[in-house]
Amino acid sequence: MNRMPRTVPGREEIARDGPWLSEAETHRRLERTWETPPGLWGWLSTVDHKMVGRRYIATAFVFFVLAGILALVMRLQLASPENGLVSADRYNQLFTMHGTTMMFLFAVPVMEAFAIYLVPLMVGTRSIAFPRLNAFSYWVYLFGGIMLWVAFALNIGPDVGWFAYVPLAGPQYAPGKRADFWAQLVTFTEIAALAVSVEIIVTVLKQRAPGMSLNRIPIFVWGQLVTSFMVLFAMPSVMLSSSMLIMDRLVGTHFFNKAEGGDALLWQHMFWFFGHPEVYIIFLPATGFVSSIIPVFARRPIFGYTALVLALFATAILGFGLWVHHMFATNLPHLGNSFYTAASMTIAIPSGIQIFCWIATLWGGSPRFATPLLFTIGFIVVFVLGGLSGIMLASVPLDLQVHDTYFVVAHFHYVLIGGAVFPLLGAVYYWFPKLTGRMLNELAGKVHFWLFFIGFNLTFFPMHLLGLEGMPRRVYTYPPGLGWDTMNLTATVGAVTLFVSLSIFAANVGVSLFRGQRAGSNPWDASTLEWATPSPPASYNFAHIPVVSGHDPLWEEPDGLPVVSGLRVNQREVLLTTAVDAEPDVREPVPQPSIWPLISALTLTGMLIGSIFTPWAVLWGSIPVAVAVTAWFWPKSPPETPEPVID
Amino acid sequence: MRRLSGSGVVVALVLLGGCQGVQSALDPAGDQAGGIAGLFWLFLGVLGAIYLLVLVLLVGALLGLRQRAATERRLTGLLTAWAGGTTIIILGLTAFSYGTDARITRLGDDAELTIEVTAKQFWWQVKYVEPQPSRSFETANEVYLPVGVPVRFILKSQDVIHSFWIPNLHGKTDLIPGRVNETSITARRAGVYRGQCAEFCGFQHAHMALDAVAVPAPEFEAWRESRLKPAPTPTPEDQLRSEGLQVFLTSPCVMCHTIRGTSASSRVGPDLTHVAGRRTIAAGALPYSRGNLGGWIVNPQSIKPGSQMPDIQLEPDQLQALLAYLDSLT
Repeated sequence: MNRMPRTVPGREEIARDGPWLSEAETHRRLERTWETPPGLWGWLSTVDHKMVGRRYIATAFVFFVLAGILALVMRLQLASPENGLVSADRYNQLFTMHGTTMMFLFAVPVMEAFAIYLVPLMVGTRSIAFPRLNAFSYWVYLFGGIMLWVAFALNIGPDVGWFAYVPLAGPQYAPGKRADFWAQLVTFTEIAALAVSVEIIVTVLKQRAPGMSLNRIPIFVWGQLVTSFMVLFAMPSVMLSSSMLIMDRLVGTHFFNKAEGGDALLWQHMFWFFGHPEVYIIFLPATGFVSSIIPVFARRPIFGYTALVLALFATAILGFGLWVHHMFATNLPHLGNSFYTAASMTIAIPSGIQIFCWIATLWGGSPRFATPLLFTIGFIVVFVLGGLSGIMLASVPLDLQVHDTYFVVAHFHYVLIGGAVFPLLGAVYYWFPKLTGRMLNELAGKVHFWLFFIGFNLTFFPMHLLGLEGMPRRVYTYPPGLGWDTMNLTATVGAVTLFVSLSIFAANVGVSLFRGQRAGSNPWDASTLEWATPSPPASYNFAHIPVVSGHDPLWEEPDGLPVVSGLRVNQREVLLTTAVDAEPDVREPVPQPSIWPLISALTLTGMLIGSIFTPWAVLWGSIPVAVAVTAWFWPKSPPETPEPVID
Repeated sequence: MRRLSGSGVVVALVLLGGCQGVQSALDPAGDQAGGIAGLFWLFLGVLGAIYLLVLVLLVGALLGLRQRAATERRLTGLLTAWAGGTTIIILGLTAFSYGTDARITRLGDDAELTIEVTAKQFWWQVKYVEPQPSRSFETANEVYLPVGVPVRFILKSQDVIHSFWIPNLHGKTDLIPGRVNETSITARRAGVYRGQCAEFCGFQHAHMALDAVAVPAPEFEAWRESRLKPAPTPTPEDQLRSEGLQVFLTSPCVMCHTIRGTSASSRVGPDLTHVAGRRTIAAGALPYSRGNLGGWIVNPQSIKPGSQMPDIQLEPDQLQALLAYLDSLT
């Protein structure tokens, strides 16, 4: 597809990258085309997936810290029986905000954030698909989070649990606007999540580097692709149910009111049809982190690529068939429960295969114990325990005993912190040099890891026993003399340890950002394409689009990747390739920066917050949204370039 | 880390082995909880062994024990064996789970006694249901059970979703407004066991407990007979208690509570006919005593904020009379 630059009479020069442009000239021209304009305006209107991704990551970690502090306050309240640190009302807000923030504002967004940053780099393209939608998604997410936390700061935060069961969250038992803030937050975050999913799916299926056929996609990217499809199928369920809840509360519908033909269990079915896949929406990207980190630090290609990819698909499909195990205590028909028991147990098989492949990769390699690998090993130790206690929860009789007790709290923190946060922290140590150009301090990293690992087990292991000993969840206090005191105190000590370890992490990030050792383009000697770019990558990611011929391109081509050329350097363009074989297909223009995604997000925010208070906000609020979106999509006459598609 | 996890497992086993409590799933006192506890130990044994195996493999990998070179081919064979083994174990555990589930469900088929429990924010209304209405009676926040007799529970809710759970006797069943759920309990060991609402139900979810008292059948019959009786009317000589009854009937108490044998027959709050015979006040918020009862009547909103019981304004002598009367309702 080499093509000489040429000039069409009456038009500007059509400049393309290729051997005819010097290296320096290529970089200069690409930078001029792709750079985000300087200043505040540029900052607000950027569509660079790396800037948006960094913001997403930073914002998600801010919410992680906030929700973590809430958890610490809860642990302090529960440190001793009949403690009076916080009131029942405040405590109910605390655990609602903790769960809601962790699930909707941290865990899912942070995984998407890494996808936004890394997926385009890993598949070897210059931009994410639909970059303006990407910017819009971030603003919607940010404004939703701010709305929720402002409500909490004003002491009108939601207090009905992150699951908002009706009728407790319905109009009769939850007066005021607290539950509405919760329900509307769901709308915000789901809009953001759906947008990101569409971008990731299109980026992965259509923008892969030439040669990156389906069987050469990095497992991290597979994880993000499968997760994005899960989001598309799971999130509408909760958006619909939370909208039904708002309608019950605001305009007097009776979706969940038994007296009028509604049903309280309808809520639970719809919520958990989203809620259980949600766990895998958090977990599958994290397995992508693990599959990225382990081969690099074991210094050999990953074992069982095909098995790992198939395990992702199996988990995603099975993940939609086990929501009822959250509802065993509601007395559904036994035959139905049996099906969900079997489905819930079956999901252990793909998880077991993944664990085996990771351990086998370590067996076949020679491990290098840097911080990212430590967190990955911690992940296996912690997550497997959580997975095994999950098998107990799949059994109807066992679940009836431990459901809604601290056993379940222990279980899901083992799978969510173990399965997602351990890999995530490993991923931060691993990709920090790529994002910032500097390394995190290894010694501080190791101290962070050990304190985190010990603190985690100290906090959550006793909770298994607390649950079996009869302590229910979501109680703001408990009486002395039930044998719970010591274990609760131990858990609180563990929570403080976790807080200390994360403070070390924060300090490490803060210091390393400015003083960290400089990282080269590939400090870990990794194999995937993002490490072929400078650290941090240029605004255009790749000066030359690489060509891939295996799973581990940088290991297979140590002398430099072959490249294709022919994309314009004076206009934003990406190369689209075919979905299966990644053969070059067409060149696709990429949008310029625009302020309209931000304005659209602001108008949407106005409409959504307004509709907490009056249904008319939906009507009147849609007008500014329509105006903003019209301006966003206003057709700019693109320069007609009579060019053939790349040959 | 490895040593830590290993010792963690040991510590866990020691702690679990020593589980004895009035609210413990691992100290079963009935057929249902016993069946579940047996299943738990089976699962724990099998899954614990798998966990240890994973840890051993992981440690081996990290120590670089590569003498039996991990060839791609050998690993693929092992992966197949691993997946096959997982499947067989999963199938086995599922079969045991189904078996226990079916057995426990059948236990309720030949129930000889029916108790209707209605959950309310934040207490339990308990009704012993007999075909003859005169043999039915109501109490609150306690269930007496005859040892060895299968008891059927009919579970309802008046407001939000609650969950009925007495860990020593059985797992939980939700009480859902608009639905009628059932469960069964067969107590095997006499004793007092504590139950607690297990579904978040609002402000005072934490203070929504009930006592299950399992007693030998004759003792149960005696208790039932005593509960069937209405409250005795204080004799005219007993001035204090007579005055207490008058206070009850003329103060806000009567708006919500029933005392059988008097004209108080409102059904918003718990039936107080035998209030002094219960072990706790306000669904486990306080142990029963005359002093605690006085504190509760005067200031329920500081003891259990958000409960439906309002603070009651009474003169000190009125309160003393009321307490004398209520304390006689054993």
